[in-house]
Amino acid sequence: MTYVAAFAVFLPLLGAIIAGFFGRRLGPQVAPIATCILLGATAVLAWATALHVIDTGNVLHITLFTWIDSGAFEVDWAIYIDQVTAVMLIVVTTVSAVVHVYSLGYMEHDPHRPRFFAYLSLFTFAMLMLVTADNFVQMFFGWEGVGVCSYLLIGFWYKRPTANAAAIKAFIVNRVGDFGFALGIMGVFLVFSSVSFETVFAALPEKAGTTMTFLSWEFSTMTVLCLLLFVGAMGKSAQMPLHTWLPDAMEGPTPVSALIHAATMVTAGVFMVVRLSPMFETSPTTLVVVTIVGATTCIFAATVGIAQNDIKRVIAYSTCSQLGYMFFACGIGAYPVALFHLFTHAFFKALLFLGSGAVIHGMHDEQDMRRMGGLWRKLPKTYAFMWIGSLALAGVPFFAGYYSKDLIIESAWVTDTAAGQYAFWMGAGAAFLTALYSWRLIIMTFHGKPRMTKETFDHVHDAPKVMWMPLIVLATGAVIGGYGLFGGKMVYHGGETFFEHSVAFTEVEPGEGFKVPAHDEMAEYDNDEEVSEADGHADDGHAEGRGVEDVFDIIDKAHLETPIWVRVLILLFVAAGVGTAYLCYMIKPHLPGLIASQFRPVYKFLLNKWYFDELFDRIFVFPAMRLGMGLWKAGDQDTIDGLGPDGVAAATMNISRRVKVLQSGYVYHYAFAMLIGLVVVASWFLFRTWG
Amino acid sequence: MIDAPLLSLAIFLPLVGAAFILVIRNDDEAKAAANARWTALWTSLVVLVVTIAMWVMFDPGTAEFQFVEQAPWIPAYGIQYYLGIDGISLFLIVLAAFLTPVCILCSWEAIQTRVKEYMIAFLVMEALMVGVFSALDFVLFYLFFEAMLIPMFLIIGVWGGPRRIYSAFKFFLYTLVGSVLLLVALLVMYHETGTTSIPELMNAGFGEDMQRWLWLAMFASFAVKVPMWPVHTWLPDAHVEAPTAGSVILAGVLLKMGGYGFIRFSLPMLPEASEFFAPFIFTLSIIAIIYTSLVALVQQDMKKLIAYSSVAHMGFVTIGIFSMNQQGIEGGIYQMLSHGVVSAALFLCVGVIYDRIHTREISHYGGLVNRMPRYAFIFMVFMLASVGLPGTSGFVGEFLVLVGAFQANTWVALLATTGIILGAAYMLWLYRRVVFGEFVHEDLKTIVDCNKRELIYFVPLLIAVIIMGVWPAPFLDVMHVSVEHLVDQVNGGTMLAQSAE
Repeated sequence: MTYVAAFAVFLPLLGAIIAGFFGRRLGPQVAPIATCILLGATAVLAWATALHVIDTGNVLHITLFTWIDSGAFEVDWAIYIDQVTAVMLIVVTTVSAVVHVYSLGYMEHDPHRPRFFAYLSLFTFAMLMLVTADNFVQMFFGWEGVGVCSYLLIGFWYKRPTANAAAIKAFIVNRVGDFGFALGIMGVFLVFSSVSFETVFAALPEKAGTTMTFLSWEFSTMTVLCLLLFVGAMGKSAQMPLHTWLPDAMEGPTPVSALIHAATMVTAGVFMVVRLSPMFETSPTTLVVVTIVGATTCIFAATVGIAQNDIKRVIAYSTCSQLGYMFFACGIGAYPVALFHLFTHAFFKALLFLGSGAVIHGMHDEQDMRRMGGLWRKLPKTYAFMWIGSLALAGVPFFAGYYSKDLIIESAWVTDTAAGQYAFWMGAGAAFLTALYSWRLIIMTFHGKPRMTKETFDHVHDAPKVMWMPLIVLATGAVIGGYGLFGGKMVYHGGETFFEHSVAFTEVEPGEGFKVPAHDEMAEYDNDEEVSEADGHADDGHAEGRGVEDVFDIIDKAHLETPIWVRVLILLFVAAGVGTAYLCYMIKPHLPGLIASQFRPVYKFLLNKWYFDELFDRIFVFPAMRLGMGLWKAGDQDTIDGLGPDGVAAATMNISRRVKVLQSGYVYHYAFAMLIGLVVVASWFLFRTWG
Repeated sequence: MIDAPLLSLAIFLPLVGAAFILVIRNDDEAKAAANARWTALWTSLVVLVVTIAMWVMFDPGTAEFQFVEQAPWIPAYGIQYYLGIDGISLFLIVLAAFLTPVCILCSWEAIQTRVKEYMIAFLVMEALMVGVFSALDFVLFYLFFEAMLIPMFLIIGVWGGPRRIYSAFKFFLYTLVGSVLLLVALLVMYHETGTTSIPELMNAGFGEDMQRWLWLAMFASFAVKVPMWPVHTWLPDAHVEAPTAGSVILAGVLLKMGGYGFIRFSLPMLPEASEFFAPFIFTLSIIAIIYTSLVALVQQDMKKLIAYSSVAHMGFVTIGIFSMNQQGIEGGIYQMLSHGVVSAALFLCVGVIYDRIHTREISHYGGLVNRMPRYAFIFMVFMLASVGLPGTSGFVGEFLVLVGAFQANTWVALLATTGIILGAAYMLWLYRRVVFGEFVHEDLKTIVDCNKRELIYFVPLLIAVIIMGVWPAPFLDVMHVSVEHLVDQVNGGTMLAQSAE
């Protein structure tokens, strides 16, 4: 298994090297196919590894070699695969393999195909390094690695200024998140003298409840660390207010959006919170923040989604919103459900993206839904896939999303905290909006009268085989991912054993998984209640750490104790969403325009994405440029140089002109200054010694 | 084998090479130039082999100075020809020896006038660089430290750009003021202790007031070299006017003398004063990081932009050194090495297109990837290393520094970490404007990709950046004992002082 796992992780790197360095020699046909074969192999090996880990419950831990070693700061390159990683392995390699094959068709006419496939494979490698890390720093390596690949892929069409701008924006906004993540890691090292998950988790009982001085104030240690780390998660997973890069990232080729900006990279933040759940459990304040950020993003992104006209942007905001669901699931303690939704979402969202890619491809790079319509006859296969994806996304019963998303909303219902209730209502509201924008998308794209020239309409063609065949894999996942595959294992019967060693606090069993402290041990210390109250974040939630049993208590409760009316209500919301879309875009197509003109400010507000971009430009971007210019001109040139060298130079020149010993030559100045220096020093020295 | 005077060999070989070039006959100018180039290249390569041999033979288990050579020089004052290296200076010597052949190669075609003198200047420079980092006698150190200005000064002043006189003068004025004060410190120390031996001075234990004055005098010199804000303004000008190879050596090695000075002198000899002034250093370094990053953002000249980024990166170095714990100091040293390779490589990247188009204006470029895919790749890797991407050398140094700084002071860590955001902003934006997009100017349409000679010097730099990023053990393992010893010295010094109070 060791070798299988290692190959699974490193084959994509090999693929990237082959396509990247030898792509031109191998030609635009061979290199992409080579990466596809390697990725296929990776997927097979990853499934084998994951199934092995899931079946046996044995955690796979391979240490490759030392990376950074400085005093107590020791970091290894490692491959660590437990159940959480196993789920991620399946998601990452499956979607990546599908996207690789799909891209063979999608990128067929692009002259730079080898480069594209090299980036895709490199991304997959970085993502695998991220999920198999056994320490914070390797996770950070993967974290930044996927960020760079995302940057490269968003800007893949480098001739488009908008693509370049979006790429840079994505990288820099992510860096803002990484800023928090990096500080979090430094803080972890300061507190725990280690950055390995194992050591840190084992030491949690000692550190939870303590305080530390951060900046100039005294805070609860765990709250500081977890919040800093969470900033990283917010950046990567596009949570408000660090979400602004994700919609712009749609400038990249569509397969990239499916792989990176739907299924894998953007879920890294959720993965991080699940992976670090033992830490997050020690800080109720952080959990409340996670819940609120998640729930707010969930509803915010959904409201923006209903006003967008670019087909990919609608789906991008939808992703943002779904990630919000996952985060508030974490925040209320239902980590397995968050991971479960991550799993199902990867399939149906990648399906939706690749389906919209097929539309864009068929329409010859048209992305504006206002210029689509009536396409269902022309694109029957794509139409079917989009329906499956939308049904799953909206949470229609028996599709994957129904099982995962409804469980999140129900879990929020059964948690009796204020934050939990807030999350419930936001989540339920977002369920309505999700259905609304999904069917708005379907109707605007596929139904009604074609809103394009006849010539364009006649040239529309459905996806070739190489593009729709891979979609079957995703469609299967979108249909059966909820109760088939591992869905049952993750959140229904036996979930406790599935996540035994991975989530929250668990009994210690030597050699198996992280030695996280037992639950009894955790109950003994009083958590940072007082501190959080002092911070004004008083919350009467779980003041002591929860064990995996407690986590499953929440889920069981959600299964068993959610009143029927809550479930019906959610389904009604979904139905209402579909109905509204049908009414507005099918029966009375003039209605949306009417509403938009009636409520102009609201519409504008949504269309312009709550003005976040404008706000950030005003607050950060423009002032930074102005400040830079000011510092350069007024600081460096006028003040420092003016008083310093230029002033002195002017004075010296003046003197030298008067003395007229030598007209030109720096040698003179050197000699002169040297002489003065020597005289000063020598005289000082003489006075000091003999004076 | 240890007994062979390898350090002297590394110092005098380049001088022999330089002497050899000096006597090349001038009958046929082209031939003389070619001979000068080849002689310089081979000499520098042999020196590189010598320094790598030292690295291999170096015993990482001891903090004692190794490869020590000691001979009386001016016996009347007890001044010695005293050389030796520890795990800190070793790498700076290797770095200097690594970059010299690169400089010679990148000047191969760019320099066509006074080739002989140019090559002599670089070989002399190499000798002095090795000398500075291996000198264990303060007077000897000062000699090398000062003498190094002369070849650098000439390289800028003779082979530089149109405003070379102004730049060379500015460069000189700044460094000279600092140097004079360093000389004062040297004389005072000699006066106090009667010795100029650096190892002995480390144990001298100066009084508190004395430490502070000495510290300030040394600071004046080292801060200019680093350069720290606000004495950094010579650097952008010097870089802009220097020929490519001059920038490479300036950014790659010369700036490291400041950091090295702090590590070799200020910290072990004046531990209490270092502790006392640490907040002052932190403040200046943070201003440097944020201020120069913002300034870099608005530069229109590529070399100026990279020069300003150098100031920001060196800000990390000084923060690391003065956080005075193992991660911080090792990070600082590592950052110096990484910056030595990365900024040198970035200047080379500018040099490549400057040689072809003869302008450094960012706005003149755009779309280079269309005709220069190799160049785009090379530039990309170094750009990402400069940004501190994990997996490149830039990350290891920067991150260790920040880990060290976080232990010293969370404010410092927080503010310094903003540098990773700003750094990404200006570098990515530079890259986009130069490499991506469409061709904007006619003359770019015939530009050619990197040739073999350019690849010969880029590939080793690329490999160095990646190896240092993925597997830093060969570097860090050799540093450990020396740095631990240094940390003990600093803490021992401050503890001693506390108990005395």
